[in-house]
Amino acid sequence: MNLEYGPKYQDFTKEVQSFCKKYEGISFTDGSNNPLGSSGGSGGPQMSRSEWQKILIENGFFARSVPKEYGGYGGEEDILKSRIIATEFSKSKIPGAMGGQGIDMLVPTLLEMGTEEQKQAYIEPTLYGEMIWCQGYSEPNAGSDLASLQTKGELVGDEWIINGQKIWTSTAQYSQMCFCLVRTEPDAPKHAGISYLLIPMDTPGIEIRPLVDMTLKAGFNEVFFTDVKIPASNIVGKRGEGWAVANATLGHERGSLAPPDATMNRVNMLMQLMKEETLDGKPLIEHPIYRDRLMQIQGKVLAQQSHALRLLSAKLNPGTDVKIGKMIQKLTGTELRHELEGLAIDVMGEVGTLYEDSPHLRNDGTWQFIYMYFLGLIIGGGTSQIQKNIIAERGLGMPKEPKVERA
Amino acid sequence: MYFGLSEEQSFFQDNVKKYLEEHATIDKIKHIVSDDKNNLSAEIHQGLLNLGINGLLIPEEFGGLELDLLFAASVSEALGGGVSPTPFVAPYVMAPTAIKHAGSKIQQENYLSKIASNEYRFGVGFSEFIGKRNDTGITFSDNKLNGRAMFALDANDATHLLLANEKGEIFVTETKSSNMEIVNLTTVDKTRQYSEVICKNLEAEMLENSSVSEEPILKAIDAGRIMLAADSIGASQTMVNKAVDYAKERKQFGRPIGSFQAVKHMCAEMAADLEPCYALVWHAAHCHDHSPLEARFMACHAKAHVSEISKGIAKKSTEVHGGMGFTDLLGLHYWFKRIGLNRQILGSPELVREEAYRTQI
Repeated sequence: MNLEYGPKYQDFTKEVQSFCKKYEGISFTDGSNNPLGSSGGSGGPQMSRSEWQKILIENGFFARSVPKEYGGYGGEEDILKSRIIATEFSKSKIPGAMGGQGIDMLVPTLLEMGTEEQKQAYIEPTLYGEMIWCQGYSEPNAGSDLASLQTKGELVGDEWIINGQKIWTSTAQYSQMCFCLVRTEPDAPKHAGISYLLIPMDTPGIEIRPLVDMTLKAGFNEVFFTDVKIPASNIVGKRGEGWAVANATLGHERGSLAPPDATMNRVNMLMQLMKEETLDGKPLIEHPIYRDRLMQIQGKVLAQQSHALRLLSAKLNPGTDVKIGKMIQKLTGTELRHELEGLAIDVMGEVGTLYEDSPHLRNDGTWQFIYMYFLGLIIGGGTSQIQKNIIAERGLGMPKEPKVERA
Repeated sequence: MYFGLSEEQSFFQDNVKKYLEEHATIDKIKHIVSDDKNNLSAEIHQGLLNLGINGLLIPEEFGGLELDLLFAASVSEALGGGVSPTPFVAPYVMAPTAIKHAGSKIQQENYLSKIASNEYRFGVGFSEFIGKRNDTGITFSDNKLNGRAMFALDANDATHLLLANEKGEIFVTETKSSNMEIVNLTTVDKTRQYSEVICKNLEAEMLENSSVSEEPILKAIDAGRIMLAADSIGASQTMVNKAVDYAKERKQFGRPIGSFQAVKHMCAEMAADLEPCYALVWHAAHCHDHSPLEARFMACHAKAHVSEISKGIAKKSTEVHGGMGFTDLLGLHYWFKRIGLNRQILGSPELVREEAYRTQI
C-alpha cells in the first residue's frame, strides 16, 4: 500500500493549485443547461461557459488526452493527473468543464471507432461546447431490453431513411446532433441488426416533445422520426455493429454517475446543516438517532471512497483483478446518494419538503431535488435490478434466466 | 501509488488459507466445538505459529517481523474465511500493540521478545474501558487488581492477561496466579474463547505510559477492531462463495435456483455490499500505521460498517441455502456466529459509530 503519488505529481498538483487560485470565484455570464452543473461562484472573473471551456483545454485540464488535431490538448493519458485536476477543482470550488453526452460518450466512441472524416468534423466542436449531442437509445418498448429497439433505418440510394420513436432523450431540445441506435438489418438476430447513426437534429421529419419528470425541472424528451433522411456515411462502425459500438462507452457512463467524492461533499454539507439547524432548541446533530443515521451513511460513503482508490490503483497497475469491483459502481453509487439526500429531508422534517422557490428553503432546495433526481439515475442507464443481473451473471457466473420462446 | 495488498501480503495470506483448508476442515471444527478435551485446536494453532503469526507486529529488535497492521489484516481475513479455531486478535495484535505503545523500554523488552519467542501468550480484557456493563469493572490499588472483567479474549491458554480499568490503564497479570479465576463464557461462536476474569487481590504491573493518556489503549483497540472487521470480511466472503456455488447447483422447478432473479439478486447484493469493505478495512489498517490523524475515524467506521454488511450477508447466505443453511450438517452457522461475535466484541456498531463521530469534533 502506497498512497503517495510521487514528486512528479506534487509539481503538477502545485500547477493546478495556482491555476485554481487565479480563477477562484469564477462565474458565468450564461446559465447552465445541466441542473446539477455549477453556475460558478462569485467575486472572481466573469466569462461565458465556452470561454472557460477554451481556457481549460488550452491548459490541459480538459480533453487532456484528445489529440491536438481534433481540438484536444494532445497530452498523454494520465489517470493520476486527471484525478489531481478533479480533486483540486473540487477543493477550490472551481467549476469543471461542460459535460454532456457528446463529450462523455460520443467523443470517446469516435476516437475509438470513428472514421477520420467523422473525427475531424465532430470532435472539436463537441469539446468546445459548440455542438451539443443527445443520445437516441431507449424506446417506449425498449428500456431494460434495449437491444429489442425497433426504430427503423433503411438505406435507399445514398441515404438512410429513419422512422420510429425514441424516449428519455435528455437535452434533445438543445442538441444539434443525435447519436442514435437504429435497426437497419431487420432479418438479423436482435443484437446484430443495429447500427450506430449520427443524425443532425435540424433534419426535416424530427419532432421533439418535452417529457416532464417528477422533479418538474430536468428535461427529458420524446423524439419522433418520420422519413428522416441523412447521408449514408453518417454511420459509426459497419452496418449491424451498432450494439458493439454503443457498448464501448456504456460502461463509462455507468461508472461516472455517482462519484463517491461528490457524495462525501454532500455528507459534509449535511453535517454542517445539522449543526446549524435546531429541533426543540437543540442542534439536529445532538439528536442521537439522526446522528447515528448520519454516521451510518458516512461509513458507507467512506467505504466507496476507499473502493474508488482501489479501482484507481487497478487502472495504474494492470493485472489487478477488480472485475466485480467495477460492476458494482452504478448500483451502489446511485443508491447511496439517494439514501443520503433522503436522510437530509428526514432530519429537516417538514422543512425538508419545501421546494422550488418557497420561503425557508435550505441549501436552495437541493436536497429534495437531488433525492428525486437520483431516483431517475437509479432507474436510468440500466436499473438497479439490471445491474444486479449483470453482477450475478457476469461477475459471479450465475445462470441466466431461461429465454422465453417468442409467441 | 498502489492501493491494495502487496505481493508478500497476498502470498502469506494464501499460505494461511491453504493451511486452514487442509488442517481446519469443517469436520475438525465440528470435533473441536463438540469436545473441549481434544488437542486439535492447539495443533492447528501450532501450524500457524510455524508460519510466524505471533511475531508479525513485534519490532525486529525484539525478535519479531516488524510488519504493518495491513499485513495482520490480510492474515485476519484468511482466519475469518476459514473460521480458524485459534487465538489471534488478542495475543498477536492487541497485546503487542498495547505493550508497544504503553510499555516502558524494559516492559517492551520483557514482554515483546517473549511473545515473539512464543514463551508468553497474552489474552486481553478491555471491555470495561470500551463499555462497562452493570457491576463489572476493575480497580487498581497497592499494585493489586480487584473486580471482574467480562469477555476477555483468548484467556484460556494464555500465560498472561492484559486487563484495563475504566480509565484505560493497562495491567499485566499472570494467569497462573491463584488470585485470578477464569470462567469460560459459552457464546454462540465456539471457534474462539471468551472468558470472565475475576481478580481478588491479584498482583499486577501497570504498563507505564497507559496512565499518561488513553492513546495507547485506543491504539490497541483500533488495531483489534480492524482485525475483527477483516475477520468478518473473510467470513462473509466464504458465505457469499458458498451461497453462489449452492445456487448454481441446487435445482428446483427444473432449473438451478441461481437462475431465479429472487435468488441471484440476493447474491449480487451480497457481492456489491462486501466488495467495498475490503478497501475500507485495508485503508483503515494503512491509516493506523501511516496516517495518525485519520486512524481512529477510519478504524471505527471500518468496524461498524463491516459489522452491518456482514450481518446482512450472514442472513442472506443462510437463506439462499434454504433449509440446509439452517442445519448443523452443512455447518454454515459457524460463519454466521463468527460474524455475530465480531459485531459485538470491542464495541457494537452504535457505540463505535458514536466514537467515529467524536473524532470529528
